[in-house]
Amino acid sequence: MTTATVTDERIARTSTVTKLLKRPEIGALVAAIVIFVFFAATTSVFATAPGASTWLRGASTIGIMAVAVALLMIGGEFDLSAGAMTGFTGLVVGVLTTEYGLNIWAAILVSLALALLVGFINGVLVMKTGLPSFIVTLGTFFVLQGIDLAGTKALIGQVAIQGMSSVPYYDSAKKVFGSAADIGGGLVYASVFWWLAVTVLATWILLRTRTGNWIFSVGGQQTAARQIGVPVFKTKVGLFMTTAGAGWLVGMLLLFTTSTVQSNTGVGQEFIYIICAVVGGCLMTGGYGSAIGAALGALIYGMVNQGIVYSGWDNNWLKAFLGVMLLGAVLLNEWVRKRAETAR
Amino acid sequence: MKKIKIVGAILAAGTLLAACSGTGSDSGTADTAKKDYTYAVITHGAPGDAFWDRVKSGAEQAGDDYGVKVEYSSDADPAKQSQLIDGAVADKVDGIVVSMANPDGIEASVKKAVAAGVPVITINSGVDKFKDFGAITHIGQTETIAGQAVGEKLKAAGSKNAICVIQEAGNVGLEERCKAVAETMGGKVENLQVDGTDDNAVSATITSKLQADTSIDTVVTLGGQYAIDAVSAVKDSGSKAKVATFDLSEDVIKDIQAGTILFAVDQQPYVQGFLGVTGLYLKSINGNDIGGGQPINSGPAFITKENADAVLKYAANGTR
Repeated sequence: MTTATVTDERIARTSTVTKLLKRPEIGALVAAIVIFVFFAATTSVFATAPGASTWLRGASTIGIMAVAVALLMIGGEFDLSAGAMTGFTGLVVGVLTTEYGLNIWAAILVSLALALLVGFINGVLVMKTGLPSFIVTLGTFFVLQGIDLAGTKALIGQVAIQGMSSVPYYDSAKKVFGSAADIGGGLVYASVFWWLAVTVLATWILLRTRTGNWIFSVGGQQTAARQIGVPVFKTKVGLFMTTAGAGWLVGMLLLFTTSTVQSNTGVGQEFIYIICAVVGGCLMTGGYGSAIGAALGALIYGMVNQGIVYSGWDNNWLKAFLGVMLLGAVLLNEWVRKRAETAR
Repeated sequence: MKKIKIVGAILAAGTLLAACSGTGSDSGTADTAKKDYTYAVITHGAPGDAFWDRVKSGAEQAGDDYGVKVEYSSDADPAKQSQLIDGAVADKVDGIVVSMANPDGIEASVKKAVAAGVPVITINSGVDKFKDFGAITHIGQTETIAGQAVGEKLKAAGSKNAICVIQEAGNVGLEERCKAVAETMGGKVENLQVDGTDDNAVSATITSKLQADTSIDTVVTLGGQYAIDAVSAVKDSGSKAKVATFDLSEDVIKDIQAGTILFAVDQQPYVQGFLGVTGLYLKSINGNDIGGGQPINSGPAFITKENADAVLKYAANGTR
């Protein structure tokens, strides 16, 4: 009784390198290293602690959103209201505290509740109507943009929050959201630690929990997922609430780091989050991607953003450079992934 | 008892007088048939822009004070601004206040409005063209005048190497401001493009620039809130650079008092809106052409440590 050893491709041994190359974030990792080395070699400040402080800071708030948006995209949906949400949540806190004298922590919680409510509405609308989330959240985006402008103006007579730093207990909230630690001569802002925490948490959920499996399945095969008992409605609504909640977190970070927020804060940023998620390996069709990849995508964005300044290039070209770099990153992504799939 | 009666009589008389002035005293004005004027204020400001928000407040305040209707609209795209002007003419408004960032782009519409007998007053920008287009007058001062004033003041303060922070790509007015600063300051003035919708990135970018070139001694910002970002960037980068800014906000004034911002130039946008509507109102009720064919300057005013206290309460209202 000798069983012929049939090598099944599913249990075939793959080398560690190939395993690594199959990760969705590998392209973003390679691109991030290339970009870092490039700017570190060509400029004097970029790779120093004070230099790193600036690009980490720029990448952090984008990164938190990109990670949340990546989860949603893996779940097969978009959220275009994510950018305006960062302004909306900050404005809510600003208006409630500077105008109505509400306790700052109470205002922060009210703001979170409102954000989650908007996320919930987004999710329910998408699931109940069957409309593409692109359309639904585009609507929410414009509604929020209008509220940010008209509501703020009607309530406080201005379009930017003023006098935030003289609000009682402002310092206690600033400690949590807007303080900076001096590490090796460079300031590391609270937002960077939040970004790390969010990335770790999202990665753990995606790779180590049942919820993570649900997210992949609703994004990849919604009908099949429903048939095998995955709570599709709950998962998707939860994902929309996650991006809204992340919007709230970033809103707080922006408000307490800069002590001001304007009615146009975050408008137009939603595409940057999507770009970072895609660079990090998310597919536009859902079911594939990674949180670490999205965080790396944001890191690339932050590095290019500040690297151009350190290089002394005319930064009117910034957007063009970014576009080229991002296209390059995506193409590299594709290429690495294709190579990895054929490598055995 | 008697006293009360007298007081009562005076009060009654006062009430009567007040009532009179509200109804019967219009005989002095030229146009008694029509009292409900409507003016359109059409600017090139982006929605939510603090500067244009003050123009709007000024125009609306004037409308409230004169008891006329003021309809504010804005679009940064000259083609869409032209449509707004055409729409106002079709609506048969009694006058139009218009800002001309790109005069050529809206020339046809403004001329059409004038040809249709609608009085036009230009504000803020377009001073070279208001006469050609047939507007009554121009209220404001060019971005160039304000920018040159800033440049002169910086030169006096000893600035040699400045960055001028532009928060919105493709905004004509902002580019003009920076160019004018460079004209009079002498030394080196470099523009730095930032993303105005992300204050965090604005601060980070200014920090990077200050680290990359430690000889920068001045940061010029073009909006109140960006000055706040610049102050924190200067602190983070350990640079010795001075911060000067266009436009005011409450926080800017507090920074001026604290000495972290050198000065702010106030173009008095509120005045531009208020006087624009006032000019049209005078035309409607009394046939006046204010300015006598010359432009009227609305500013600039400089806010420094010396006069910051006096301005603070208006900035807190969002009118300066």
